[in-house]
Amino acid sequence: MPKDGIGASTKRREDIRFLTGRGRYTDDINLPHQAHVHFLRADVAHARINGIDTAMAAGMPGVIRIFTAADFAGVGGLPCGWQVTDREGQPMQEPKHPVLAEGKIRHVGEIVAAVVAETLEQARDAAEAIALDLEDLPAVIDMKAACEAGAVKVHDDLSSNLCYSWGFVEDNREAVDQAIAEAAHVTTLELVNNRLVANPMEPRVALGDYAFHDDSSTLYTTSQNPHVIRLLMGAFVLGIPEHKLRVVAPDVGGGFGTKIFHYAEEAFVTFAAKELKQPVKWTSTRSEAFISDAHGRDHVTKVELALDADNNFTALRCLTYANMGAYLSTFAPSVPTWLHGTLLAGNYRTPLIYTNVRAVFTNTVPVDAYRGAGRPEATFQLERVVDKAARELGVDPAELRRQNFIRKDQFPYATPVAVEYDTGDYEATLDTCLGLADYAGFAARAEASRARGKLRGIGLSHYIEACGIAPSNLVGQLGARAGLYESATVRVNATGGIVVMTGSHSHGQGHETSFPQVVADMIGIDASQVEIVHGDTANTPMGMGTYGSRSIAVGGSAMVRATEKIIAKAKKIAGHMLEASDEDIELKEGRFTVAGTDKSLAWGDVTLAAYVPHNYPLDQIEPGLEETAFYDPANFTYPSGCYICEVEVDPGTGKVEVCSFTAADDFGNIINPMIVEGQVQGGIGQGIGQALLEHCRYDADGQLLSASYMDYAMPRASDVPNIAVDHSCQTPCTHNPLGVKGCGEAGAIGSPPAVVNAVIDALERAGKPVAHIDMPLSPARVWAAMNS
Amino acid sequence: MYNFDFVKPATVDEALAALAEEDALPLSGGQTLIPAMKQRLNAPSRLVSLLGIDALKGVCPGEGGVTIGGATAHAVVAREAAAVYPALAALAGGIGDPAVRNRGTIGGSLANNDPAACYPAAVLASGAVIVTDRREIAADSFFQGMFTTDLEEGEIITAVKFPIPEAAHYLKFEQPASRFALTGVVVAKFAEGVRVAVTGASEDGVFRWSEAEAALSDSFRPEALEGLSVPAEGMISDLHGSGAYRAHLVKVLTGRAVQAC
Repeated sequence: MPKDGIGASTKRREDIRFLTGRGRYTDDINLPHQAHVHFLRADVAHARINGIDTAMAAGMPGVIRIFTAADFAGVGGLPCGWQVTDREGQPMQEPKHPVLAEGKIRHVGEIVAAVVAETLEQARDAAEAIALDLEDLPAVIDMKAACEAGAVKVHDDLSSNLCYSWGFVEDNREAVDQAIAEAAHVTTLELVNNRLVANPMEPRVALGDYAFHDDSSTLYTTSQNPHVIRLLMGAFVLGIPEHKLRVVAPDVGGGFGTKIFHYAEEAFVTFAAKELKQPVKWTSTRSEAFISDAHGRDHVTKVELALDADNNFTALRCLTYANMGAYLSTFAPSVPTWLHGTLLAGNYRTPLIYTNVRAVFTNTVPVDAYRGAGRPEATFQLERVVDKAARELGVDPAELRRQNFIRKDQFPYATPVAVEYDTGDYEATLDTCLGLADYAGFAARAEASRARGKLRGIGLSHYIEACGIAPSNLVGQLGARAGLYESATVRVNATGGIVVMTGSHSHGQGHETSFPQVVADMIGIDASQVEIVHGDTANTPMGMGTYGSRSIAVGGSAMVRATEKIIAKAKKIAGHMLEASDEDIELKEGRFTVAGTDKSLAWGDVTLAAYVPHNYPLDQIEPGLEETAFYDPANFTYPSGCYICEVEVDPGTGKVEVCSFTAADDFGNIINPMIVEGQVQGGIGQGIGQALLEHCRYDADGQLLSASYMDYAMPRASDVPNIAVDHSCQTPCTHNPLGVKGCGEAGAIGSPPAVVNAVIDALERAGKPVAHIDMPLSPARVWAAMNS
Repeated sequence: MYNFDFVKPATVDEALAALAEEDALPLSGGQTLIPAMKQRLNAPSRLVSLLGIDALKGVCPGEGGVTIGGATAHAVVAREAAAVYPALAALAGGIGDPAVRNRGTIGGSLANNDPAACYPAAVLASGAVIVTDRREIAADSFFQGMFTTDLEEGEIITAVKFPIPEAAHYLKFEQPASRFALTGVVVAKFAEGVRVAVTGASEDGVFRWSEAEAALSDSFRPEALEGLSVPAEGMISDLHGSGAYRAHLVKVLTGRAVQAC
């Protein structure tokens, strides 16, 4: 293995600049003559806009121009990238999502007017002088109430607040009903998957620029997918052709899904810069982030699991209300449907599954993908209901799972919810995790806790996720309005160094380290000879960006395909130079050798020849050494794993402490084990946050109660234990060239049910059995459950 | 933040003169005021920093007690009061985070009287005396409800005089997000009796739990609290806990604080 090749825990080269404060983030970019925009945001959830008087504000010092919806009359709405078809075969209801509020305010935080001024303070001062004439309307907040006949409508032009009612698999519905009616045992659970705010460390920033000399626009933005923003904003919102529009996402300080979407602020600064012929910048405050970044989760679900007399799962039936918020964010409709319903088989052989998902408009911030996106919600309900069934039946939760697992000799396995798992070995991850967590030794630890006055519990979950998103032809049939391939251009320089221009985007994942490991390994050179370029539509091929644990599986595969083309061409050059057939040329450890001889050339000899083609087969191949590949996956990848959590509950206060957390994941092949471990730990940290701390709460009037860190509890280092991460169970993906599955979301998907199951276990062992507690399991909620 | 003037006088008299201007506010660490100003929720015309007044700083042990200057930072109290009044030092060392503890001051905290702040419970349980530029105020009459005190306009806390209890302990049950006290209890045992002060719980701000004081003065053991309960009425009910939960916590924390004494 070459130094820093596949499988090496190479330290992250990008961390030097991140950890020494020398990253180049969007907010670090300042352009000459730059103006600043302050957005006047709605402080009520629902109101009719009868008038906006900007006259006084427009005359204030430094004000360049004030924009309202009237200025955007010729501009499109923010597009939705996925159309879901409902149970009746009709397309979802899709309201216009204006850049600035049009006619009505539909959530606290919506942009009502935008003040562009020479300084930010001047813009803020002027915004305070804008007079709004608003007619307050009742807010629609509760999803079930929103679905009742006669409910106030968020969008007057829609028939109701129901975006769609989706049935999946509709043909299974009657059989599922029948199986549940005939089951020996049915376990029922009603639960809430709590609404979250992603809170990446770097808030969103957008800087628009316009170049008069060539009539081109540039947007610098905090995005996970600059090409997607260029396409959506250029084609659907502003009508700027892609060759006149450049989108740059430089260093981005965390995304977690919330920086996938195309936001109004991006369209605004690009539009305003062109209107004003000067750069316009917006930097979100943390307070703005709470009321303008897309939120995550927010499902209300009833799930029923049917079992036969031998404890085999026979059917699963789910009903979910999924909050869309006031408008459809870019990928919002896909999250509770195709990223959720398709995962309801989990790791199990459940033969019959039906889910009905009702997506609902409310007067709240739009809800979209957040780390895991639909898969955490599926995993949570499934792993909670399986755990509840085990308790009701008096069997070990681990063994009930084992009994119902898809066995390793059953792959490829077609589930009843339209996906085919290519590979897996669930007993291996279960047994590895049980061993690492010392499941058998729990009783002694529980006794030690009891002696200290604490209630100890152990909980496990076994998850599956569909990653490596996604086969374009399949998602096209399912309503996606985009392809989900990935791209890479591999440019070999004359002196042998390599630049890889990838459509993937790194915002903390470490691509600048792990991607070179792959290319270096294939060629047999040092990883330091490979540089990754990403995040700028001007110098990378059209790519779909980073989310859905897709970058190594899809972007990495594109890079492999491009590198294969490079190697094939380089062998032809080497064959010519060595006077041998290119079929006889072997590339090993950076040298081209004629098989069976000692005739060889160094990598650099051949790359130089490609650009100085004096002795070169010009009649057969072109000079140069640069190749591009687009890779479209044949299937999703299916990472899976087992998580075990141990908690102590303080019976006096209800406070939960996570004592230990153990993860055994199957990610297939692994490029950089250290980065994988970090990804899993970070995901579990977020999962513990969801399970115990984080909760985005609105009051009945649509005011966000948890609108700052004073009330929205983020997990801190002291809330997260040392996490044992094992990835020795590896069943490589069968359909991509690296055999990789992706690891970015697993921790956030698999951990919340393990934490909740552990708390439920602790209370049951203490003689205070509780069927369920909704997340977050705050001290007050646990105490209330114990004392109800 | 709106524009404002900033002055940093060296004496209390200069500070009082500077505060005479309309809409002037004293700044003693600014851990509440500055964030409010950044949010444009407060707009003083002038800030008068008290941190340049050496006479307001320091921890001075004396006969039967310790006097802490009004502009003394929490971190200084945590360090310098540890030998003389360890429970107070521990309380100061648990406020906020290191940045807060190195900027925030005892006088600033008491003048603000946040219903979830730590210091008011220590002052009330200790029966401390608040010294101002013009008088001395007993703790029992200083705190007058949420964000309300006996201080007059422009009055500056110059020092706090703490008697030293035989034993004392502070237990803070943290609100998960802010890590202020969801409920916090200081139990202080003096020769003449036990005082119990509760922060974070009541809609009226810090208060003394007199039933517990009587019971514990009689028998300083957690068991003495059996049979007592705090009414949920008047307790804060919010995202993080109901009034009933806070009332329950008062009893649990009081018992545990006694145990820890």
